[in-house]
Amino acid sequence: MTPFSYERASDAGSAVARVTANPRAAFLGGGTNLVDHMRLGVAHPELLVDVTRLPFSRIESLSDGRIRIGAGVRNSDLAADRIIRGRYRVLSQALLAGASGQLRNLATTGGNLLQRTRCAYFQDVTTPCNKRNPGSGCSAVEGHNRDHAILGASEHCVAVHPSDMAVALAALDATVVVLGPQGERRIPVVDFHRLPEDAPERDTVLEHGELIVAVELPALPVAAHSVYYKVRDRASYAFALVSVAAALEVSNGRVRDVRIAFGGIAHKPWRALRAEASLRGAPATEESYGRAAEAELADAKPLKHNGFKIPLARNTLRMVLRHLTPGAQR
Amino acid sequence: MIDMLETRAIGASLERMDGKLKVMGTAPYAFEHRLERPAYLHPVQATIARGRIRKIDTAAAESVEGVIAVITHETAARLASDENKELWVLQSDEVHFRGQFVAAVIAETPESARHAADLVRVEYQPAPHDVSFRADRKDLYAPKAVNAGYPTDTDHGDAETAFEAAEVKVDSTYTTPMEHNSPMEPHTTVALWEPPKLTLFDSTQSVHSVRATVAKTLGLEVEQVRVVSPYVGGGFGSKGEPHAHNILAALAALRAPGLAVKLALTRQQMFCLAGYRTPTIQRFRLGATRDGRLTSIIHDVVELTSRFREFAEQTAVPTRLMYASPNRRTRHRLAALDLPKPSWMRAPGETPGMFAGEVAMDELAVACGLDPVELRVRNEPECDPESGKRWGNRHLVECLREGARRFDWSRRDPKPRQRAEGHWLVGTGVASSTYPRYVLMGSRATIRVGEDGRYTVLIGAADLGTGTWTALAQIAADALECPVEAVGLEIGDTDLPNATVAGGSSGISSWGWAIVAAARELRRLHGSRPPMGAEASAQTPKPADDDKLAQHSFGAQFAEVRVNAETGEVRLSRMLGVFSAGRIINPRLARSQFIGGMTMGLSMALHEESVVEERFGHVVNHDFAGYHIACNADVANLDAVWLDEVDDRSTPMGSRGIGEIGIVGAAAAIANAVYHATGRRVRDLPITPDKLMT
Repeated sequence: MTPFSYERASDAGSAVARVTANPRAAFLGGGTNLVDHMRLGVAHPELLVDVTRLPFSRIESLSDGRIRIGAGVRNSDLAADRIIRGRYRVLSQALLAGASGQLRNLATTGGNLLQRTRCAYFQDVTTPCNKRNPGSGCSAVEGHNRDHAILGASEHCVAVHPSDMAVALAALDATVVVLGPQGERRIPVVDFHRLPEDAPERDTVLEHGELIVAVELPALPVAAHSVYYKVRDRASYAFALVSVAAALEVSNGRVRDVRIAFGGIAHKPWRALRAEASLRGAPATEESYGRAAEAELADAKPLKHNGFKIPLARNTLRMVLRHLTPGAQR
Repeated sequence: MIDMLETRAIGASLERMDGKLKVMGTAPYAFEHRLERPAYLHPVQATIARGRIRKIDTAAAESVEGVIAVITHETAARLASDENKELWVLQSDEVHFRGQFVAAVIAETPESARHAADLVRVEYQPAPHDVSFRADRKDLYAPKAVNAGYPTDTDHGDAETAFEAAEVKVDSTYTTPMEHNSPMEPHTTVALWEPPKLTLFDSTQSVHSVRATVAKTLGLEVEQVRVVSPYVGGGFGSKGEPHAHNILAALAALRAPGLAVKLALTRQQMFCLAGYRTPTIQRFRLGATRDGRLTSIIHDVVELTSRFREFAEQTAVPTRLMYASPNRRTRHRLAALDLPKPSWMRAPGETPGMFAGEVAMDELAVACGLDPVELRVRNEPECDPESGKRWGNRHLVECLREGARRFDWSRRDPKPRQRAEGHWLVGTGVASSTYPRYVLMGSRATIRVGEDGRYTVLIGAADLGTGTWTALAQIAADALECPVEAVGLEIGDTDLPNATVAGGSSGISSWGWAIVAAARELRRLHGSRPPMGAEASAQTPKPADDDKLAQHSFGAQFAEVRVNAETGEVRLSRMLGVFSAGRIINPRLARSQFIGGMTMGLSMALHEESVVEERFGHVVNHDFAGYHIACNADVANLDAVWLDEVDDRSTPMGSRGIGEIGIVGAAAAIANAVYHATGRRVRDLPITPDKLMT
């Protein structure tokens, strides 16, 4: 661990200014990922600006039906919130599927979005990794890649994004509100995380110094009928092999509205627009669900150890949609 | 005949005597002893798997504020004995495995030690390494013997010919992965050199063997070394012998006299420096008559050892005693690789060996159309099949029948893939368990008479969290014919009389017998009311009948799993173990041990796997995010019971040892249940969703 200095931000503007001014400064939220990386030598900030005391810890209902979640809201609090549990069930379930109780008590909404990949090579400074050390090569492409991406990867990086929360937010058309030196900007969650392409060191479209201040959820009636299913190697406290966030509204036997995102299969939460397009207006049947899954996974490219994720993603999506279909056996 | 102890305290479900201290956080683990002038040690590890160190640049590390010293193979004190190559630490430029210690930083804070360690620059001359574990390697070899002194190979009758001629055959290959013990408390040594005395605060299963080994390695007299380890946060075999970190801490202490140099391995470091269970590739062949009588058993094991020091797991040993067959053959072959040395992990040998053997028996039951409990009963041997010795107390059949009754086994439809709840397929499986009864020679107990009928009982035993503090007090109370409250026990210190290792499920049997012998000696010397200040000592006696008897514990495990037909997720819904392990000293603690072993078996069945990276030579998933161990949510309705039994051929307490048998057979019972649920036979552990995906 490299020595660093620590400051507690008094207001958002000065926090942004402090970090913007120093290319080796970083914001500190719950620290559940960043502090690990500092210990492992993956991250070497020389200045940490603690933003957990900033006034971003509220969940507010806006007049137009939207919900504004402060970036500092802890994962546990967000999962337990009455409105989230009622109107955005998939989000509450996704949060509770992530990490452990202790970690959720510390981890923040903004920090959860900024989690870095758990690729073992990324976290081990003795092995090459383009994300940690651009140009050094990707160890996972030819290495142990059971946990890695089947969609949207590049020759430079096959890592997956680890968040559960972000998968639900992607399905819910959420927006990230960011404060930078030039003021606020709003980024849809689906555009917030990047695919690796030839710059896997950049997980998101954030510029250095930009601070997430909130996440906004649209009023989305279909979200009340939603679910998050996470397939993992044990019953709790493991990253997803594949996860599905889905919301479904069926009327007269046909799909009226649908939202789907996958976790565990790509460098970003994977909004399944092709599957959604194939489903809208289609009969709410097993056949349609299978076709939607095939449409989304048509471009999937397995690596040596993760080919199972293709049938797993297909089956999980079908299972989730079946579960959300009215009259289905639970 | 053993002179049996009359029991009153033995058999009582006392709470752990150390429970309150642990809950309050005041029981000192190795790192936590309050010591003046602490210093902190952080190692530098090799980033190549084989080769030589060309140059080490420590200048940047030494300039870090708070750094006291950096030690390397060029500057560390010279060791006296290289008999154990694992402990030949910082003595040469050779690198035998990735992660090996190549330097270490002593500093005033843990942070500065770690930071400085990152700044040590090591240049290597790498050599080609080979960590590829395969059964088709041309260089597999037969060790002289396998661990615990068992023969490498055995042959009885003509197993090949009998197998070829058999009416029903099973010929399957089973693989178990490398697994890491992963106790909650990391391997920790705090070393203090106050010439001529070296004190080690350690986390170990045997203070005395750490003392003997460290003294010999350093060239000190045994009396110069003291090892203290009153509480241990789990070991599972990985703390059964000293490892390189013990020596590294001692070398650092020699470099910084008067400072208490603290070393706790990080979780990542434990994946290359604290031992592991070898992976195995096991071909198992069973030949039988149509009605399920075994005519041939052939068990061929391939496993690995480090190239620099041999470790030969006794994987096929349980196959030599489980079932009757006129023809039998067992083999062990080793691949010597550029990896850290494998080491002891709970029920070494039995655990992987019984996975293969007990799944093979399930396959045979299916092939014969027989109930798997009945198949095992039909092949019950009258005496130990290979030695011909009489059984001490073999109650496998009773365990199977009792388990079947409690688990409602008779209602089971033997056909696979018959039950489902929604998309969850449900199935049940059974497997046998066994573990040898060991009593080790060399423990000694001293008893002193105090005021008001109180006694002090001294023995350097270890409590790994298992309950030694409590169980030994119960044994002492009965041996001294006094209440448990009148016994003051002292353990975990080499200043106390010698104790053998807490390993091989031998601890309570060996130490307890020494205490019983010392109490009897006290009475012989001082009568039934010994005066204050009286004292007596005795050693564990050599059991008279041991050469004539085959003494083993047995058990039967029943598991019910649910398998998600869509996702391949496997969840254990119910599990029962029935054990025959002699008299149970303390039911509360014993239940915890049995259930703990079964949970570890569940973890082996479904979760645990250390993935070796062939290009780099290390374990890729070297943390708890990557190396999965069963968590609370995985452990459902899990129960353990035991036969009401007093083994008067084993120890004066009637006990046989319980630390390991719970894990043996557990993975097989679960794998057999997965087959019953899904119709798919997974022979490669762990059974993760990808292996059940279609």
